[in-house]
Amino acid sequence: MTTSRRLAVALIAATALALSGCGGDGEDTPPATDGGDDGGETAEFPEGSTMARLAEAGTITVGTKFDQPLFGLVGPDGVPEGFDVEIAKLIAGELGIDEDDIEWVETPSQNRETAIENGDVDIVVATYTINDERKQRVGFAGPYYLAGQSILTLASNTDIQGPDDLSGKRVCTVSGSTPEGNLLANFPDVDVVPFGTYSECLEPLRNGQVDAVSTDNVILAGFAAESDDLEVRGDPFTEEPYGIGVAKDDVEFRMWINDVLEEIFADGRWTAAWEATAGTVLPTPEPPSVDRYED
Amino acid sequence: MTTVLYDAPGPVTRRRERIGSVVGALVILVALFFALRYAAGRGVFQADHWDVLYDPPKNQTAASVWRSIVVRGLGATLRAAAVAAPLALVLGLLLALWRTTRWTWLRLPAVAVVELFRGLPVLLMMLFGTLALDMDPFSGVVFGLVVYNMAIFAEILRAGLAALPRGQTEAAYAIGLTRWQALRTVQLPQAVRTMLPSLVAQLVVLLKDSSLGFIVSYPELLKSIQNNGQYFGNRYFVALFVVGAGTYLAVNLTLSWFARWLSRRTGARTGRPAAPVLAVEAGAGGAPPTGPLTAP
Amino acid sequence: MGVIFDNASTYVDGFVVTLRLTAYAGALALVLGVIVAGLRVAPLRSLRLFAAAWVEVLRNTPLTLVFFFMVLVAPQFGILLPLGFWTAVLCLGLYTSAFVAEAVRSGINGVGVGQAEAARSIGLTFGQTLREVVLPQAVRSTIPPLINVLIALTKNTSVAAGFATVELIGVGRRLSTANAGDPWVLVGVAAFYLVITIPAGLLASALERRVAFAR
Repeated sequence: MTTSRRLAVALIAATALALSGCGGDGEDTPPATDGGDDGGETAEFPEGSTMARLAEAGTITVGTKFDQPLFGLVGPDGVPEGFDVEIAKLIAGELGIDEDDIEWVETPSQNRETAIENGDVDIVVATYTINDERKQRVGFAGPYYLAGQSILTLASNTDIQGPDDLSGKRVCTVSGSTPEGNLLANFPDVDVVPFGTYSECLEPLRNGQVDAVSTDNVILAGFAAESDDLEVRGDPFTEEPYGIGVAKDDVEFRMWINDVLEEIFADGRWTAAWEATAGTVLPTPEPPSVDRYED
Repeated sequence: MTTVLYDAPGPVTRRRERIGSVVGALVILVALFFALRYAAGRGVFQADHWDVLYDPPKNQTAASVWRSIVVRGLGATLRAAAVAAPLALVLGLLLALWRTTRWTWLRLPAVAVVELFRGLPVLLMMLFGTLALDMDPFSGVVFGLVVYNMAIFAEILRAGLAALPRGQTEAAYAIGLTRWQALRTVQLPQAVRTMLPSLVAQLVVLLKDSSLGFIVSYPELLKSIQNNGQYFGNRYFVALFVVGAGTYLAVNLTLSWFARWLSRRTGARTGRPAAPVLAVEAGAGGAPPTGPLTAP
Repeated sequence: MGVIFDNASTYVDGFVVTLRLTAYAGALALVLGVIVAGLRVAPLRSLRLFAAAWVEVLRNTPLTLVFFFMVLVAPQFGILLPLGFWTAVLCLGLYTSAFVAEAVRSGINGVGVGQAEAARSIGLTFGQTLREVVLPQAVRSTIPPLINVLIALTKNTSVAAGFATVELIGVGRRLSTANAGDPWVLVGVAAFYLVITIPAGLLASALERRVAFAR
């Protein structure tokens, strides 16, 4: 009896330990600094603005994807990497915030508006397509990149060259996502196979269990870059301008981010960020022009 | 061992059974051998399918891989369960008490709540949290676990109260206790004690159901396995799966064993036969163990 | 609320898939579960151990993990299943078989010792005893718990939504995205589940009471 009771106590203690261990996780390994401009640029921000508040605090919370190769991908060590991550670092840098002081939060697709509305994050840089429906709930700076829905197939598959060749084919995508909605609405003959994440689509594609994967071209390019047997086919058939999500009524902050974007478009930092990340497998595009829309 | 079906065997039968048992074991082992040899032929046991666990590629360290799975992944699983379980228990207790009200029409809402949430998939409740109520994934997972399990806990406690000998309540009233006093000092303590094994068994179900967080983007244990598999390449899925499945089994088998131990202990304490672990409902995680397993 | 009626046919499509999943997986689980339960009471020790391990492992494994194995891990072994519906049937069937086995086994153990003793004393073998005497009696007390297992299965089919099957939950997700998270979309999904689970639950408890009185 006593030994089993001691065992039970040990079990509870072990559980408590595992629980407390997860409280303080995060990026305890400092990421290698690649020489952003963290040189004390404490520009003057208007009193009471979000910029002033963040610069004062010396930290910013950024929502991004944690599982998107080339844009926002977090390895087991907890250090995020990708184009979205670099853009966020540039914006933080303009606020005088060191990249080590950025707090990264995972914002999966279905959670982005909520995270902004609840104030869980200050900005969202997460392959976030600007559209009117989302503008009802959040504000968008940018776009900082123009993506479009495209198709990934086996390199050996020559039947599929564009979306019109998808009739009757099994096409993998993410359940409840915009690309899925687009396929269902505009290509009714496509046999849509929905998974939880795009990476789950890859092995079925290689094994011939599905014929194609469809989502934004840049996401597909990330997968194609990692394996020679996959290819992105045809031109993008939708327009997905990626923007930076901020609180809906914080127009001042949104316009300031637009200023920063125009600055990094012009001085080559945007291009450098692209070439260090997504540019390793994709051609370098011209920077887009930002949309300073009024509500 | 089941003694219903056959007598203690004589020497001849015993020999025959032993031979049969050995033959059976051999068949299982041979099947296992061929399965393993087939897997080996596919290169599944080569170092380049397993080195993610001790010397991972891509400039990552084994320590961060293990930490991402055991600390962050399992930690997130346990955290969701640790927040959801007490909440579900308290709400379940309130529902169970509500159901003891004497007026039927007052009891109905409690009955309706229990029946409603018992009848719905936990995943639907989680999606309701994340999609309709705009919760973040963690809150959505906790919400789903709480509303489902509070219904189950309420049902377990109600059964525990109903199973008490009527004399207990009558004696309580006889010494002048009010309804509430009788409930609090006489009925509930006994009901909780007899139902403790069932409550612990339901915790296994709750913990298993937390894995549905995988589907609603909550970064729990299974998600951490998948993220690692995606980051390092699909060929590591076997090794990572072994770690993930092993972790789930270790935690759940320990809890199941704890439930059975409690059940035996409760039986020994009260001198009554061990209360069977009540199978109120099989959740998405499945039914709790229905009783002490017969030792083979 | 209008969203439910506007999309009634989409809901019904998803509901039909849920029903088919339940039916096929339920049939598979019943067959496997009865076999496993038979092994668990068999006189051969090695088979008993195998069956016990089957039940223990599956009961302590999350269903999501079973799906994860079949969809993402099995291809590494060269096992390619047709994605979607049939994979889901296999996963749900395997998983549920453990619970069926437990229900059947406790039913068998619930039959009075005298019944089996009488059967053996008139010279019936183990197989005959089980088939002719014990099982027919066990069935009656096994049915209510089996209905409960099937209710759980109905709800468990929802996990298939995460793995390439568009059933009720999958439909709910699509409609929810298309309707900007309108809560009524999922209320509609809930209603379809309750149509199955509540009557089945009532049936199970009614049968349970009848069995209890018959004893």
